[in-house]
Amino acid sequence: MAQQILIDPVTRIEGHAKITIQLDDAGKVSDARFHVAEFRGFEKFCEGRPLWEMPGITARICGICPVSHLLASAKAGDKILAVTIPPAANKLRRLMNLGQIIQSHALSFFHLSGPDLMLGMDSDPAGRNIFGLIAADPDFARRGIRLRQFGQEIIELLGGKKIHPAWSVPGGVRAGLAREGREHIRSRLPEAFETAQLALRRFKTIFDQFHEEAISFGDFPSLFMALVSAEGNWEHYDGNLRFVNSDGEVVADQVDPVFYQQYIGEVVQPDSYLKSPYYKPLGPTQGIYRVGPLARLNVCTHMGVPLADLELKEYRYRFHGTATSSFLYHYARLIEILAALELIERMIDDPDLTSDHLRAVAGINRLDGVGVSEAPRGTLFHHYQVDKDGLIRWVNLIIATGQNNLAMNRTVAQIAGHYIHGPRIPEGVLNRIEAGIRAFDPCLSCSTHAVGFMPLHVQLVAADGTIQDEIWRD
Amino acid sequence: MEHLKLATMWLAGCSGCHMSFLDLDEFLIDLAGMIDIVYTPLIDAKVFPGRVDVTLLEGAVANQDHLEFVKMVRARTSILVSFGDCALTGNVTAMRNPLGGAEVVLRRSYIDSGDAGAQFPSSPGVLPQLLDRVVPIHHVVPVDVYIPGCPPPASRIRAVLEQLIGQHPAQLAGTDLKFG
Repeated sequence: MAQQILIDPVTRIEGHAKITIQLDDAGKVSDARFHVAEFRGFEKFCEGRPLWEMPGITARICGICPVSHLLASAKAGDKILAVTIPPAANKLRRLMNLGQIIQSHALSFFHLSGPDLMLGMDSDPAGRNIFGLIAADPDFARRGIRLRQFGQEIIELLGGKKIHPAWSVPGGVRAGLAREGREHIRSRLPEAFETAQLALRRFKTIFDQFHEEAISFGDFPSLFMALVSAEGNWEHYDGNLRFVNSDGEVVADQVDPVFYQQYIGEVVQPDSYLKSPYYKPLGPTQGIYRVGPLARLNVCTHMGVPLADLELKEYRYRFHGTATSSFLYHYARLIEILAALELIERMIDDPDLTSDHLRAVAGINRLDGVGVSEAPRGTLFHHYQVDKDGLIRWVNLIIATGQNNLAMNRTVAQIAGHYIHGPRIPEGVLNRIEAGIRAFDPCLSCSTHAVGFMPLHVQLVAADGTIQDEIWRD
Repeated sequence: MEHLKLATMWLAGCSGCHMSFLDLDEFLIDLAGMIDIVYTPLIDAKVFPGRVDVTLLEGAVANQDHLEFVKMVRARTSILVSFGDCALTGNVTAMRNPLGGAEVVLRRSYIDSGDAGAQFPSSPGVLPQLLDRVVPIHHVVPVDVYIPGCPPPASRIRAVLEQLIGQHPAQLAGTDLKFG
C-alpha cells in the first residue's frame, strides 16, 4: 500500500519547514519533498517605499543574516545613486560581513548541527541540542558560544546593534570603527583562531564515523555558483559570478551580477512557498545548482589567505577536487570561518577603518540597480527599480536558501531512500533526514520572508487517506 | 524548588528575537542550570508541553497555523510574553496589511515574477493559509508581559528572565521600553 510520511516540523533549522516522503506499494521511497510553510510578501509591500528605507526594511527579512540584506540593499542603492563609495566604507562593509559569516557559521556548527555531530545522530533527542552539548562538553560549547559572540560583537562595534543595525546605506556606511573597537577585535582574534582550528580538527577526527551520512546526505552532481574575485578567488562581498560543474569545469565565469536574469530562472512549485531557482541555460531539470559554503569552496581558485588555503588543499585532496556531498557543507563552513578570521586579521590595522570619509552623497541617477553579496548561506540578490524621486516601483529578491531548494529536495529523497526500508522508521532516521536539511543551514526567514513552527508529527497515510500509524516525537 | 519551565516559539517574523536570546551568550550556560527549557525551535522537543510557566512568543500572527498555535499556547502557559516588536505591534510583518488581502502579496511573488505557467502554492494539509490581516499576539489572546525591541537586546531579555525566575513581576522601565 502506498504511504506518505509527514515530518512536521524540521527542527534546529532557522524557520518552519515540513518534509513529506512517499512510499510505494513495496514500502520503498518513491519521492520526498521539502516544504516551506510561511510567507511575508516583502517584494510587494516594499513598493512605494523610499529607496533610503530599503536597507532597514529588508534587514528585517532575517534576524540571522540581516547584514547580508543590509549590504545587498545598500549596494543596489549605490548603483541607483551611480556612485563609487569611499574606500573606507567598502572595507568596513567587508569587515561587518566577515563578522556575520563567523557568527552565522558558528551558530550552524555549534548550536544547531553540533549536537548531531558531537553527540551522534542517534543520541537521545532530549539532550540532542546546544544545552545537551553544554552538559556533555562544556568547554567546546562555551568556545562555540564565544565564537558566535565574537562575530556579533564586530557587527555591534560597527553598527551599534548586534541585530538589525541601521548602518549600511546607499552611498556608504553611517559610522566607522572606533579605536577601542579595533583593539577589542584584535584582542579577541587569538581565541577565535584557536576555536576555529579546534573545530576543524574535531570535525576531521569524527568525519570517518559519518561515512554513511557523507555518501547519502545529498551526494550528487550539480552546478555550483558563487561570487569570485577578479583573480577567481573566494569572495564574500564583491566580484562576479562563476558557475562550475561537478567535474570542476567552469561553465560560466566573471558574469556581472547585473545580468543575473539571463542565468537564473525561477520555478514555482505548488507545495512550497519557496521558489526554485535554476541555471537558465540548462533548464529547470538539468539546471540544479547549489550555493553557500560548499559552492564557494568548489567555485574559487584559491581562498586567498594562507591557513584557509592549506585547509582547502587538504579538502580538495580528500574529496578529489570538487566536493559533491552536501554533508560537506559543515566542513566548508569551518574553513570559511578560518578564512574570515584571517581576512579580519589582515585588515584590522588598516588606517581606513577609522576614517571619517564614509559616505558618497548623491540623488537618484539611475532607475534600476542590482546589489549582490555572499550571505553565509550563498549568493543574495536585491534588484530594485525606482521612480525619479527614489520611490520603489519594483523589487526582486533572490535569496541564498531558495537557490538550494532543488538540492534540498534531492537530499531529502536521497537520505530517505538510503535509510528507510519499510514502514517502521527509527527516530534516528527521522533525525538524519532533518540533519540533511540542517547541513545546508537553510534560512527560511530569508527564503520565504517568514517563519513559524509546529510540533513534529509523522503520519503513515494510506492511499485512501486513512492513518495507518502515527508517531509523535517529544 | 522546581525549576521554571520556559518555552519559546517563532511565528511570522525574522527569528531575530531568538537570535538576540542566543546573544545571552555565556549566560545561556548559567540559564541551563536555573530553568528547564522545555520547548523551543533550538531543541528537538516537538510537542508543546501540557503546562509551561513562561512562553516567549516571537513574531506576528499571519497564518492559520499561527492562530491555532497561539490559542493552544495560551491555554497551557501561565505567563505569556509578547517577545519583540512583531509580536507587540505586527511591525514589518504587518506592512502588507494596507495592501488588501493575502492574495495581493502572493500574486506579486508567485504569479507576476515566476516563470511561464506560474501558480499559487497550494497544498492543503501541508501549507497553512495566509490570513488576510496580520495581527499582533494580543489581538488573538491575552498577553501578560511585553518585551519591545526589533529585536529586544539581550540585556532586556535577561532582565525579564531574571525577574521571572526570582518570581517577581516582570517590569521594564526607561530605555528598555523602546521599540525598534
